[in-house]
Parts: sequence; structure tokens; C-alpha cells
Amino acid sequence: MNMTVFLFWVIAGMTGACAIATVVTHNIVRAATWLLFTLGGASALFFLIGADLVGAIQLLVYVGGTLVLVVFGVMLTAQGPFISMRTSSAEWGVSAATGIALLAVLLLATFPHVPLGPPAQEGAKAPEPVVAFAPKPVEIEPRTSPFTMIIGQGFTGVGVGPAHRDPNARPKLAEAPKVPASGQFAPDVEPAPMPAPEAPVMRTHYLLPFEIVSIHLLVVLIGAAYLALTKRRREEVV
Amino acid sequence: MIGLEHYLFIGALLFVCGVVCMATKRNAIGVLIGVELVLNGANINLVAFSRFNPAFEIEGMIMALFVIVMAAGEAAVALAIVLSFYNNHQTIDVDQAEELKG
Repeated sequence: MNMTVFLFWVIAGMTGACAIATVVTHNIVRAATWLLFTLGGASALFFLIGADLVGAIQLLVYVGGTLVLVVFGVMLTAQGPFISMRTSSAEWGVSAATGIALLAVLLLATFPHVPLGPPAQEGAKAPEPVVAFAPKPVEIEPRTSPFTMIIGQGFTGVGVGPAHRDPNARPKLAEAPKVPASGQFAPDVEPAPMPAPEAPVMRTHYLLPFEIVSIHLLVVLIGAAYLALTKRRREEVV
Repeated sequence: MIGLEHYLFIGALLFVCGVVCMATKRNAIGVLIGVELVLNGANINLVAFSRFNPAFEIEGMIMALFVIVMAAGEAAVALAIVLSFYNNHQTIDVDQAEELKG
């Protein structure tokens, strides 16, 4: 068995088991701890697939920032009866049935060679399986990711991503009549048409979304601080 | 051989766990944990698409990074709301939050 395949199954099994444990535990402190392991497993999956930057940022921001926020919320509110709140078994049944049905639908959509729709008639031609895009079979091997620098360039305004040429942006320089320098037309000497210069290669860059998301995060954090403060002020009044 | 389907399966599993977590937890912070699970499932899908679809190579990772930032902001706001709810009502049970019930 390939080492990568073995690692994938170990990490994926651990992540899935921790996610299920997050759901089934009653204790909110334990749920937060299981969430920690789930997020760590997801980041290990990112490293395994070759997305180093996303895995590192997942560890830094998600595990180091968001999860600490959640744990602080648990610490500030976990008192007496609120640590372990049990859900009635009827609710559990309905939720589990909904979850299993949802998982079945998602798996049917994931594996498109499972035939969907009405059964084919006898003698009718079997319908071609509909595949939105056929992913190239890429051998997942541990490798050094070149994407960190590319993504950083995209965030600072350098064009990244697949190149494409806009056919409408072709300059119309070739259609201008060629006038000889002497000002007289030489009818029998056809001037060779200039080759039209290629339209410039267009790539997307992500400077504007990056700035928008930065300002958005700043506004959100200020708003969160304000939301958490106002009630204390009201308490003093009352 | 690990293909796209395997990663999509893990993403779907995390998503469903998050939805069930949101539906069953009575603790408001438990609901928030469910939201985090859902966002992580979506992130795994995005990164897997970016790895297996060459036309989506950079964009998938950039979208995953934006999702991570949005999740951080969302967790901050949700925790602020939960804390102010706790300060006002001395409870964190979402079933007790029925002031807006029609």
C-alpha cells in the first residue's frame, strides 16, 4: 500500500471520527476539544493534498484564533447546568435520520457513476453517465508546494491563475491604410499587412478582494467588541 | 489511489456532522461549533477541487483562505451575541430564546 494512501485513510478516519464525537457528546467542553482535533485533522489533510499555505493558515487562524474564541465562550458560560445539556431522544432520532438522508444525497452526487433517474427501458440505449468535468487522475505525492508564492503575489496585485486572451481586445492596428512615406500610393506594390499583435494575456489578481476582506474583518471585530460591551452598560443602569 | 471522491466524502461527512450538531445542540456555543464544522467541510471541498481541477488551481485555495477569514469574523460576532444573551438571560439554552417567537 502506498504511504500517501495509508496516511490519507489514517488522517481522514481520525478527522471523521472526531467530527462524529463532536456531535454525539453532551459535554460542551468535550465538544470543543473534539472540534480542536477535527480542525487539526482537516489541516493535516490540506498538507497531504499539497496546499501548504491553506493548511498553515488553518492551523494559525482556525485552531489558534477561532477555537480559542470558542473555548473562551465555553469558559465564560459553562456553569452548573449549562456544561452538559441533554437533548431528547426524539430530537436525536429526527436529526440522525435527516443527517443520514443528507449524507446519502451528497454521496449520490459525489459518485456520479451511480445511475440516477428512472430505470432504463429494455432495449433502450444505456444513457451516458453525466460528468460535469472529468478530473485528471493526479497522483497525489508529497511535494513542495509552489502555491505559497503564487497566492502571495495574487494578494499583492500580481496576476495569477490560468491565462486567457480576450479576443475582443485585439488591437485594430492592422486595418489602418498603409501610406508610403512619400505620400503617393504605389498601386502595384501591395504593402504586406502587419501581423496583428496578440491581445495581452489576462490573469486575475486578488488585491481588491483581499483589501475588502481585511476591512470587513476589522469592522466585524469592532462590531463584536461593541456588541459584547453594550449589555454590561445596560446592566449598570438596571 | 486517492481521488477527488475521497476528499469529497470527507467534506460531506464534516458537513453532515455540522448540520446534525446545529440541529441537536441546545447550547448556543454547540450550535456555533456546528457552523465551524460545516465551514470546514466546504473548505476541504474547495481545496480538493483546486488540487484536481487544473483550471481551478489557485482560485480554490484563495476561496478557502477567504472562508477561513469569514469564519473567524463570524465566530467573533456569534460569541458576542451569545455572551450578551447570557448576560441578559442568565442562560445559554437556545430553546429559552423565544422573545421573537410569534
